[in-house]
Amino acid sequence: MTLSRRPLPAWADIVLLPLVNIALAFVTVGIIVRIIGVDPFHALSLLVVGAVGSPESIGYTLYYATNFIFTGLAVAVAFHGGLFNIGGEGQAYLGGLGCGLAILALDRYLPAWLMIPVGIAAAALFGAAWAAVPAWLQAWRGSHIVITTIMFNFVAAALMVYLMVNVLIAPGSMTPQSRGFAPSAFLPQMGGNALNLSLLLALACCVAVWVFLWHTPWGYALRTMGHNPEAAVYAGTNLRHMTMLAMCLSGALAGFVGVNELMGVHHRIVLDFPAGYGFAGIAVALMGRNHPLGIALAALLFGALQQGGAELAFDIPQITRETVVLIQGLVILFSGALVQLPRPWLQALFAFRRP
Amino acid sequence: MKGWILSLLALVAVTGPNMAGVAEAQTTVKPAIVYANGGKFDKSFNEGVSNGAQKFTKETGIAVADFEPSNETQFEQALRRFAQRGQDPIIAVGFSQAVALEKVAKEFPNTHFTIIDSVVKLPNVQSVVFREHEGSFLVGILAAMASKTGKVGFVGGMDIPLVRKFQCGYEQGIKYANPNAELISNMTGTTPAAWNDPGRGAELAKGQIDRGVDVIYAAAGSTGIGILQAVKDRGKLGIGVDSNQNHLHPGNMLTSMLKRVDVAAYNSFKAMQAGTWKGDVSVLGLKEGGVDWALDQYNEKLITPEMKAKVEAAKADIISGKIVVVDYMSNNACK
Repeated sequence: MTLSRRPLPAWADIVLLPLVNIALAFVTVGIIVRIIGVDPFHALSLLVVGAVGSPESIGYTLYYATNFIFTGLAVAVAFHGGLFNIGGEGQAYLGGLGCGLAILALDRYLPAWLMIPVGIAAAALFGAAWAAVPAWLQAWRGSHIVITTIMFNFVAAALMVYLMVNVLIAPGSMTPQSRGFAPSAFLPQMGGNALNLSLLLALACCVAVWVFLWHTPWGYALRTMGHNPEAAVYAGTNLRHMTMLAMCLSGALAGFVGVNELMGVHHRIVLDFPAGYGFAGIAVALMGRNHPLGIALAALLFGALQQGGAELAFDIPQITRETVVLIQGLVILFSGALVQLPRPWLQALFAFRRP
Repeated sequence: MKGWILSLLALVAVTGPNMAGVAEAQTTVKPAIVYANGGKFDKSFNEGVSNGAQKFTKETGIAVADFEPSNETQFEQALRRFAQRGQDPIIAVGFSQAVALEKVAKEFPNTHFTIIDSVVKLPNVQSVVFREHEGSFLVGILAAMASKTGKVGFVGGMDIPLVRKFQCGYEQGIKYANPNAELISNMTGTTPAAWNDPGRGAELAKGQIDRGVDVIYAAAGSTGIGILQAVKDRGKLGIGVDSNQNHLHPGNMLTSMLKRVDVAAYNSFKAMQAGTWKGDVSVLGLKEGGVDWALDQYNEKLITPEMKAKVEAAKADIISGKIVVVDYMSNNACK
């Protein structure tokens, strides 16, 4: 029985396998949806139409995808260096704080062409700074990055609530939100609603991460560190500096979620805007196999699920927001954790076709 | 030309009310609700709104559409989607939706919106806010009088001005009834997840009980379910919030601080149906019946005649203005 050992052709590995995984996930979802008394085909059509059926829904899908690209890339950059950054949530939060503070301080003086880059730079700077502390603790003190980054999420949340409730709250406001930004700090919209220029920033980040990881000496050193730290040391890489570099880049990328959310949509600092994108970024990176192109595609799928799922909950009373999370979870389970499950079946199929 | 316009205006003026009346009778009410982060079934704040909607559905047979958002962006998205579909009126539950509502209400000037717990000043928005500090003052009196140890507890949800408002009113009520009583306060957390964390709520309640507290006021949304359960398990007394939660643990529920969000939702739908809907700001306190303390068959054995007399006297004094309960949110301080 050698048939199951033959490797799959590249196109099947990259395209067919993920599609089979997603199909399996949807079959499972269909069974569950049927059990709670909803026609699965009706639900599926609502999900698809809700995600890509109108310019408005496509806009929301791409807007959500933008966040997932940022956090997915953030996880991937750290992961190539062998670092598991679970702090995307907090880094996104602080990134938003950075860009918000810069805008609140300067939006009355700067024109849009200057304000927007300053806001973006501030988001990157604050996100990177928030990741730099766990990075330093890992590189110099040996504190494990998984623990420190996850704890920094809580510190970030507490810090933001403190600042919003006590310092940045708009005078006379009941809600913990800052005052609204001046229009010079609004990122231009792309076709109404939530979608804004951050999407282009996200795509640019995809290209930049790809160039950095595979076409620069730093990227090479980073990947070496991830594959084999001893070899990297032997090759003369300073692991401490590489850890700092990887985590700061990772934090800066996560910080851009703040740009999409605050400069693009809310136009003020609000609480809780990272809404789980930082954690979902781990699944996006896993599903995209830590490659920018894969991450962009996975982010698109996650964005479509987020948007289509909301429409589903909107239209069918039996489907609650918890059901939507279940659907998303199943897709992650099948295309992340169980990614190898259908491989032997496909291998057997290909072996059968070409004996 | 001018005369022509004038006569047209006159025609509109004459036929206007009539036509509006016809339109009112023809437009069927298609109500919708966008819930807050805690979710529809929190046995408290959101569920109160849901109860009001159910009462309306039962009486009129008109279904109420609803949506539970899972992130901030979906507030705006859901409000807009409901408005696009012609749902009217639309209730936005919770202060977090104020900004989103302001945006959407401007886009749909002919749709009627109601926001609970925040104020949006637009002609097509009805804002309903409550004087929670007054109701909390009353349950504070009861807590202080029911406590045998002289130590009473407060567990809030998310640490925001609104919850500190509950705490501040409660504290004033306690001091009013027993100046020597000690208040131990905890907030469940600093993120919206704090509204939905019964496990942590139970731990905080146990911690307070270990420090000698025997009455705990839970102002924490779904988290309160855990707090009240812990209180029951240890045989102490709990105070519910927003909805009447007395039935949850009869014998261990001293009372509930009622915040009549159900009435607010029901009234908004009813007013829409009757054609009397008005875009304004209503501030509902003890006087308006917007907040109150709950007395029913589940807790009547726990409320002594003295307690009842004292709390009713304080209620009358607050309504008449003799007692002024400090509102934490008026100056972000409890004094």
